[in-house]
Amino acid sequence: MSVLVVIEHDRGALSAASLEALAAARSIDAEVHALTLGIAADGLAAEVGAHGAAVVHQVHHDVLSDFGPEAWGECVAQAVRALAPSAVLACGTERGNEVMAQAAARLDLPFVANCNEITVGEVWNIVRVRWGGSLLEQCTLDATTKLVSVTHHQFEAAEAPATGAAQSLSLELTSSLARTVVSDRVERAAGVTLATAPLVVGGGRGVGSAEAFAPLEELAGLLGGVVGCSRAVTNNGWRNHTDQVGQTGTRIAPDLYMACGISGAIQHWVGAMASKKILAINLDTEANMVTKADYAVIGDLHKVIPAITAEIQRRKSA
Amino acid sequence: MKVLVCVKRVPAPGAKINIAADGQAVDTAYLAFTTSPHEECAVEAAVQLVEQHGGESTVLTLGPAEADEQLRYAASIGVNKAVLLPIDVADWDPQRTAAAITGAIRDLESAGGAFDLILFGNESADSGNFQVGVRVSHALDRPMVNGIKGIELQGDSVRAKRESEAGIEVYSVPTPCVLGVKEGINLPRYPTLKGRLASKKVEVGQVVPQGEAGGQQMVMLLQAAEQVSQTIMLGTGPEAAPAVVDLLEELGLLK
Ligand SMILES: Cc1cc2nc3c(=O)[nH]c(=O)nc-3n(C[C@H](O)[C@H](O)[C@H](O)COP(=O)(O)OP(=O)(O)OC[C@H]3O[C@@H](n4cnc5c(N)ncnc54)[C@H](O)[C@@H]3O)c2cc1C
Ligand SMILES: Nc1ncnc2c1ncn2[C@@H]1O[C@H](COP(=O)(O)O)[C@@H](O)[C@H]1O
Repeated sequence: MSVLVVIEHDRGALSAASLEALAAARSIDAEVHALTLGIAADGLAAEVGAHGAAVVHQVHHDVLSDFGPEAWGECVAQAVRALAPSAVLACGTERGNEVMAQAAARLDLPFVANCNEITVGEVWNIVRVRWGGSLLEQCTLDATTKLVSVTHHQFEAAEAPATGAAQSLSLELTSSLARTVVSDRVERAAGVTLATAPLVVGGGRGVGSAEAFAPLEELAGLLGGVVGCSRAVTNNGWRNHTDQVGQTGTRIAPDLYMACGISGAIQHWVGAMASKKILAINLDTEANMVTKADYAVIGDLHKVIPAITAEIQRRKSA
Repeated sequence: MKVLVCVKRVPAPGAKINIAADGQAVDTAYLAFTTSPHEECAVEAAVQLVEQHGGESTVLTLGPAEADEQLRYAASIGVNKAVLLPIDVADWDPQRTAAAITGAIRDLESAGGAFDLILFGNESADSGNFQVGVRVSHALDRPMVNGIKGIELQGDSVRAKRESEAGIEVYSVPTPCVLGVKEGINLPRYPTLKGRLASKKVEVGQVVPQGEAGGQQMVMLLQAAEQVSQTIMLGTGPEAAPAVVDLLEELGLLK
């Protein structure tokens, strides 16, 4: 038995999520191989080897100059035919799941996305994520080659030195695959983002309007944090969707999440639950956000937030 | 242009998702139903594209007879046609779902002409299999990109935008093609009274779904481990501010 891990990278920059996939692969089988796509990824063999890959299969082709879901999926499908691994594993990132789905479609095999627990056997028993993590599903996977992705952040990356022997894998790729390769990019300016900020001040329907976010902005700015929001807020057009926390927004993991005027619906909660501490500010003592938070202030956010800002300024000037 | 959107009826849970006694489904006794926000945005995108470029939009779902509600909701904001693939359970596995949708699209296209664009959600809200759209696109031999937050029609291709950690990726995909849409691409409109009334009259076509069971089979649903915390009350109203700032200090957030 052997497991082939699809290594995710962006123009040669390794995605840390792939190291999680390597760790997951080691937990199900000792013989781990890796697949890197494009010449830019050749330099990754050493690090991939250090995380447990005995062999790193490298594919080179013009169509792999940048990410392309169809080209990548076709490579994985052909690698399965050429190498006949028992299983293929990727991390359940946006690209990871997309590439695995493309490969599965091409191989006409099942693909189980976002697995938390895998018990191998003739048929695999799997526990996977549903509802963005609010619920789990126990399922079986019956296939000649098992295609799965593991939930991001579920397995911990760890070094496990292996040979990491680079081997060139030659595949037949048609230039028509270029139709879905990234054709242009707009780089983002560096800075704190919702996903990486140490503090997030979140506002919900209770904030009441776009303008009423100014005090939340001020407080976040004072603490080097950013403002987040609930879907009720984006739905009302008060803030851009890039600020939305939750199942269909961003998953945050700050040191502190201050959830102001947010009821704590399960779809919001799954995006916020990785926060180290949560402080809820809400009028309602029974709100789900309040009962689930580590700390709470009961009151009108329009009065509480300015008071917090004033207290911070008072202490800073003292 | 002709645009097709595929949506799925899912329960709209509130603070917690309860599982039915047999472990086979979400307990929906007291729940309303909805479509995923991603798919609501895909419906809005379809309506906008037809408003801008002319043509016609169609919404399709595979689900129980009650999914008629989600089809009519799409019609109420401006989708022209609706198709139901009725099944007598809440859900089919992703391979089977994709096969049925592919078959239905072939039927619809041979009767009424090809769709220039087929839209899916990035992932379904409940099962989140991240694959139905990809499988359908491959079966139809059409290009597909998922995670799309911007669609611009440019002659014989679509300029599609996707956010990544590094920034925005742009794809130039030749039509006919398939795109998986993410929430944030637009702000879905609310139905007008006129739209609601019109949607009641829309004829919902039916296609008998066909597909073999796939290799992924659900055994049962399980509750995720719940984080329990004793909430520490820091106070009431603005008087709680000093306690909050003490906490910020304790957490090292006050610099
Ligand atoms: C498939 C699906 C995916 C979804 N994805 C997301 C997602 O990614 N993110 C998300 O957020 N939601 C998501 N939702 C929507 C979610 O179910 C809720 O509707 C939404 O989170 C509610 O937002 P809210 O808490 O701001 O509003 P409400 O639920 O209306 O809560 C408002 C809260 O503000 C409090 N309040 C009011 N006034 C004040 C005041 N002056 N001071 C203090 N407190 C006050 C109230 O007590 C209440 O608790 C999704 C739903 C579905 C079905
Ligand atoms: N039963 C269904 N009926 C119609 N469309 C569906 C169905 N299931 C999934 N889809 C579409 O496929 C997308 C991806 O679903 P999934 O592979 O389950 O994550 C969804 O966002 C929908 O657009």
